Amino acid sequence: MALLDVNKLCISFGGLRAVDDFNITIEKGELYGLIGPNGAGKTTVFNLLTGVYKPNEGVISLDGEDITRKNTAEINHAGIARTFQNIRLFKNMPVIDNVKVGLAEKYKYSALEGILHLGKYRKVEKQMDEEAEKLLKVFDLDKERDTLAANLPYGKQRKLEIARAMATGPKLLLLDEPAAGMNPNETKELMDTIALVRNEFDMTILLIEHDMKLVSGICEKLTVLNFGRVLCQGETKEVLNNPEVIKAYLGE
Amino acid sequence: MKLDKKSKSNLITYAIVIAAYIIFQVLAMTGNLSSHMKGLLVPMTYYAVIAVALNLCVGILGELSIGHCGFMCIGAFTSAFFSKITADILPTAPRFFLAFLIGIGFAALFGFLIGIPVLRLKGDYLAIVTLAFGEIIKNVINAFYIGIDKNGLHFSMKNSMELGMEADGNILVNGAMGITGTPHDANFTVGIVVLLISLFVVQNLVNSRDGRAIMAIRDNYIAAESTGINVTGYKMMAFTISAAIAGAAGVLFSHNITTLTASSQYFGYNASIMILVYVVLGGIGNIRGSVIAACILYLLPELLRGLSTYRMLIYSIVLIIMMIVNWSPKVIEWRKKTFGKVKLPGRKEVA
Amino acid sequence: MSFLTYFINGLSLGSIYAIIALGYTMVYGIAKMLNFAHGDFIMVGCYIIFSVSGALSGNSIVGIIVAIILCTLLGITTEFVAYRPLRGAASPLAVLITAIGVSYLLENLALLIFGADIKSFTSVIKWEGLTFADGQLRIQGVTIVTIVVSILILIVLQFFINKTKQGQAMLAVAEDRGAATLMGINVNRTIMLTFAIGSALAAVAGALLCSAYPSLSPYTGAMPGIKAFVAAVLGGIGSIPGAMIGGLVLGIVEILSKTYISSQLSDAIVFGILVVVLLVRPTGILGKKIQEKV
Repeated sequence: MALLDVNKLCISFGGLRAVDDFNITIEKGELYGLIGPNGAGKTTVFNLLTGVYKPNEGVISLDGEDITRKNTAEINHAGIARTFQNIRLFKNMPVIDNVKVGLAEKYKYSALEGILHLGKYRKVEKQMDEEAEKLLKVFDLDKERDTLAANLPYGKQRKLEIARAMATGPKLLLLDEPAAGMNPNETKELMDTIALVRNEFDMTILLIEHDMKLVSGICEKLTVLNFGRVLCQGETKEVLNNPEVIKAYLGE
Repeated sequence: MKLDKKSKSNLITYAIVIAAYIIFQVLAMTGNLSSHMKGLLVPMTYYAVIAVALNLCVGILGELSIGHCGFMCIGAFTSAFFSKITADILPTAPRFFLAFLIGIGFAALFGFLIGIPVLRLKGDYLAIVTLAFGEIIKNVINAFYIGIDKNGLHFSMKNSMELGMEADGNILVNGAMGITGTPHDANFTVGIVVLLISLFVVQNLVNSRDGRAIMAIRDNYIAAESTGINVTGYKMMAFTISAAIAGAAGVLFSHNITTLTASSQYFGYNASIMILVYVVLGGIGNIRGSVIAACILYLLPELLRGLSTYRMLIYSIVLIIMMIVNWSPKVIEWRKKTFGKVKLPGRKEVA
Repeated sequence: MSFLTYFINGLSLGSIYAIIALGYTMVYGIAKMLNFAHGDFIMVGCYIIFSVSGALSGNSIVGIIVAIILCTLLGITTEFVAYRPLRGAASPLAVLITAIGVSYLLENLALLIFGADIKSFTSVIKWEGLTFADGQLRIQGVTIVTIVVSILILIVLQFFINKTKQGQAMLAVAEDRGAATLMGINVNRTIMLTFAIGSALAAVAGALLCSAYPSLSPYTGAMPGIKAFVAAVLGGIGSIPGAMIGGLVLGIVEILSKTYISSQLSDAIVFGILVVVLLVRPTGILGKKIQEKV
């Protein structure tokens, strides 16, 4: 059974069909790319997958569970975590707390125990700290543990966003233009990070990207969107050699 | 046991409050405190308490409320009503304790109920609706008449005559004239204890799983949602706790005066704004700062009474200058150039 | 007939709220700040008219002109001294608190100069008004003038915003300050102009308010200021027709609820209307829907 199965997804804004008849199937462990020209509806697909927008039609199922009508937080609990095109960190919180917010669904104690600092509080906080520190180490952020997220350099902010998403223990990770605004060196490092996430956590990843070098370098499969519709789908090499795709990118 | 930075900072806050308590008590015992000054001690504690409550709402939750004195008002009236009807039945200590539970409980209930519509709004729209609710609470309480006679409780929203009581009737809540004769149970020690408890609750909350979720919503609610946080639930939680603490301040308020009225001076939007000034000057999100700012800014105009009419003038000018010095981007840049690193209230150094 | 009288009184009060709300809404839309001191500009205007008319033995026209000029200057000065330095501050609360400081300052200056006792304001409108249906329906001169003036102001403002270069610049700054700067618009000057207009309107509103309700104290402007702010939010803050609608709704609701329901509860009802409207339309009657792009 596929991990993510999206069937006939549609959404309109006003009269505009932003995403029309979108289908995708992602198997467990795949690294899948979603590409397309600006305004093709890629981020809208992410927003539909994560419940930020509700589709007019279509079904999204994750690991056999229908998540179409769930809200954003519930979808995260069901197993989809994401990053954002324009980085969205909890800026006024330290790096470690950003990750601990992500861990909150896994490590619980009651609000009363939290306010009184009694009961399971100490034990659970310690477990959270340990796991958060482990995650930070994986993403090479352990030295910035107590730095405010806003004060991290750009590349590390991207990493922290991925670390936070991983902290929620997802089955599927969505990365929205992770290489946006990065120089070639940073992009290289990012590719390593993505490879690391995949190997270390055995993660299934769907990413939106414009950087063709990155896409062709790491993605196994691609879906190309154009004007909200799927233009082409399949193995990376085949897709990139498809004349329709080249036309959509380079014009007539 | 090794203390981390946060616990250390929390302990410093408690220490400051306790030290201030000891200093004032010693001054009072050695006769160095004027009776005017003594009268300011309890108000100082309840303003500090409500400043802590408002900072939870504004600084931690990140939603501007300019109606928090409305919750204080609810706490004050419900508890005063309770204390008045039980004044002859219950001994002081348990009565006052129950009064706290009632005042806090009702304030929390109203915080919850008002939070349902209010927290759906955003930014300035949310702020103006909190102001509206604050004014509604004050207005409605001003139109409340409750009396008691041998037939039981009577209630009216028009005037005391409408209560239709027997000759032996006793008016408990008299509209705009409020409640008279609430037992004078509050004192400085109780005020300090309530302040310490409020600090304990808020500071511990901030360093907990729920507190982090609340701050995550403040920083970026979209990211918070997709990190699995129930945004509405946590907003409600923070707002309700904040209202409950404001209610506790109200209990102190009503048990420190003889006649309690829902006047604009104490419970109107102007009063709420005054608390907001404490919070902003003390540092948004800085709980300790709120306490210190509330105490200083409350005492300052009172101590300047000698200057009579000039005192509020001076206060307003100081307020404007402080805001510009601490917040103006140009002034901050100039200060950095001239004095090197600048420490700004309520903001961690952002490079 | 009495209902009609009350309704017209409500319309008149609403017109005053609308004029004040126009100032609020313009400043909010363009400078993105709540000028909490706006209500106090009304009070300043009233005191100026009161003093000048008193000195000139009742010549209120000169008083009004002087008040408009001085209030405009006050608005510009306040913006320059207190608000402009805080543009781009790390928190929008900074300028809000400063505005509160300005409000305290104006109220206490008035207190110092004129004292706390309530002054009886002589109406600037000497006209008796009109009588209809054999004296059953009497409309006061001040009521008619207020309604006419507010309509005139609305028309002139709409024309100014939509047809003049400065007006277009205001719209541009309201929409996107950064982009407006890049297009060569002088943002500081545009904001200053907005404050000037808002403050001049406050002086006009003050003259009308105190003519209809002739008691003047340092706190005269505070409550009408807050109500007008509520009116601006009700109509959709930033929208000029919205401010007008919000003002009228508020004025009518206030007078009618005072008359027919309870004078004690009328404020609660007015604020209750705001709550209800915002629940149905979270950005006011004519407000633009805001949605954050993800």
